[in-house]
Amino acid sequence: MATFFGEVVVAPSRAGVDDEEEGREETPEDREIRRELEKKREIDILWTLKPGASAESSAEELLLCSKFIVAIGRNAAAFVSSFILDSVCWEVVGVVKLWNEWCRTSSTTNVLPTDSFCLFYRLISDPTVLLCQCSCYVAEDQQFQWLEKVFGCMQKEGLQVTILSTCPVADYKTQESTLTLPSPFLKALKTKEFKEQVCCPLLEQPNIVRDLPAA
Amino acid sequence: LLQPAVSVGNVGQLAIDLVISTLDMTKVGYFYTDCLVPMVGNNPYATAEENSVELSINAEVYSLPSKKLVVLQIRSPFIKNKYRPFCQTLLSWVKSSKCARVILLSSSHAYQRDDEQLLGTPLRYLLTPDLEKAVGGLMQELNWKEMEKVAAYPGINDTEKVLYVPGGGITKLLFTESCSKGIQMAVLLKFCSEGDNIPDAFALVNYLNEWLQLIKNEVNTSSQWKIPSSWRLLFGNGLPPALF
Repeated sequence: MATFFGEVVVAPSRAGVDDEEEGREETPEDREIRRELEKKREIDILWTLKPGASAESSAEELLLCSKFIVAIGRNAAAFVSSFILDSVCWEVVGVVKLWNEWCRTSSTTNVLPTDSFCLFYRLISDPTVLLCQCSCYVAEDQQFQWLEKVFGCMQKEGLQVTILSTCPVADYKTQESTLTLPSPFLKALKTKEFKEQVCCPLLEQPNIVRDLPAA
Repeated sequence: LLQPAVSVGNVGQLAIDLVISTLDMTKVGYFYTDCLVPMVGNNPYATAEENSVELSINAEVYSLPSKKLVVLQIRSPFIKNKYRPFCQTLLSWVKSSKCARVILLSSSHAYQRDDEQLLGTPLRYLLTPDLEKAVGGLMQELNWKEMEKVAAYPGINDTEKVLYVPGGGITKLLFTESCSKGIQMAVLLKFCSEGDNIPDAFALVNYLNEWLQLIKNEVNTSSQWKIPSSWRLLFGNGLPPALF
C-alpha cells in the first residue's frame, strides 16, 4: 500500500495470516521453541478444597456446583470484592496460575487488589455456589484452555453460570451518541436454556462480546 | 459447502452474510473450536423482536435443503498458529460428511496486482483439478478469469509459477490441500482494499450467483440481496448533539 508520502508499507490486514508464516516450514528448532512457549503458557488450576491439602485439577471427582459466578476483568473483580465477597461468608478454594505477555499470576491466595489474580471462592453456607474472580488478562490462545480446565472440574448438570464483565463505552454501537446513555449501563446476553428473568435489557445487534467472557 | 476465508476487507464473510440473510437460512450447528478468537452476540440476522435473542458465535453452520446448500460463517480471526489445525479439521469434516463440493469466497490485496490485472474485472476464480473436470466448461461460458500465477522468483527466474493470494488468509492453504486430497473446491475472489467493503461483498455475491443462481438474475441484482441487521453502524455511532 502506498502512503501519501510516497512510501510503500505493508498494510495490516484483517486476514489474520502473515504471508511470511505461510511460506516457511517449521524447523525442528522452531518446533522446540513453540513447544517451550506453549508449556510456559499452560494454565494450572490448584484447588485447596481440603484445609492444608491441595489437589491438581486432574482430580477425578467433579465439583458439585449449582451456581457459578465468574467476574472477568478488573472492574468486575472490584465489584465482586466490594459488594459480594467477605471473609465470613466466602472461603478461597482454588487459584489459577498462568503467564502471558501482559500478566503473571501466582499460586498465592493472599492477594492485593492491584495484583493480577484468578481465584475461586465458595459460599460457606451453600458449598455448591462458586465464584471466580479473574482480574488477570487471559490471552487469546489461553482462553479455550482456561474454559476447558475450569469447566472440566465441574459437574455441568443443573449448573447456572453468570458472567460479569465490563467493556469500554467507546466500543458500544448505537444510533444515538454514547454521552446520553443512562448510568449504570447494563446489557445482557443469555442462552435459550436460561429461563429466569434478566435484570436488564439484552444486548442489541450489532454489538458483540469477545475474549474470555465470550468463550 | 459455501464458506468464506477471513481475508482482506472481510469480503468473503460479508458476502456469506448476504447469502444467509437473503435466503433466510436456518442455523443447524456450530464449530466448537479453539482456533478462532471467541465472540458472542445476539442473532445477526434478526428481523424482528422475536428472532433477535438467539445467541450467535464465531463459527456457525446454516443450511437450505431445497438448494442442497450448507453455509459456514466465520466471524472472528484465527488465533496465532491455529489456522493450520483449523484447515485440517475443516477438510476432514468435508470428507467425512461426504460434501460434494466446496466453494470458498475470498479476496486479495488490490495493491498487489500487476499491470494486466489492473485492467478489466477484479473478480477471479480457481478450481481444483477434480472440479475442473466437472465445471471447467461452464467457467469458459461465463467468461470468467482464472487467477493468474506469479513467478516463484520474480526477476531471477520467470518460468516457475506459483499460486499467490496475498491477503487471502487461509485461501491458498485450503486450495492446495484440497488439490492434494482430491476435494472438489472452487475459490471465488475479488481484488480489494480495506475500507467500506460492502460494494465488494455485493460484487462477489453477484459473481457467485452467476454460477449458482441462488436468486433470480434481474437487471438490478444488488437490490435483491437482503442486508442483515448486524451491518448497522459499521462505521461508528451517532454524533453527540453537543458537537454542534
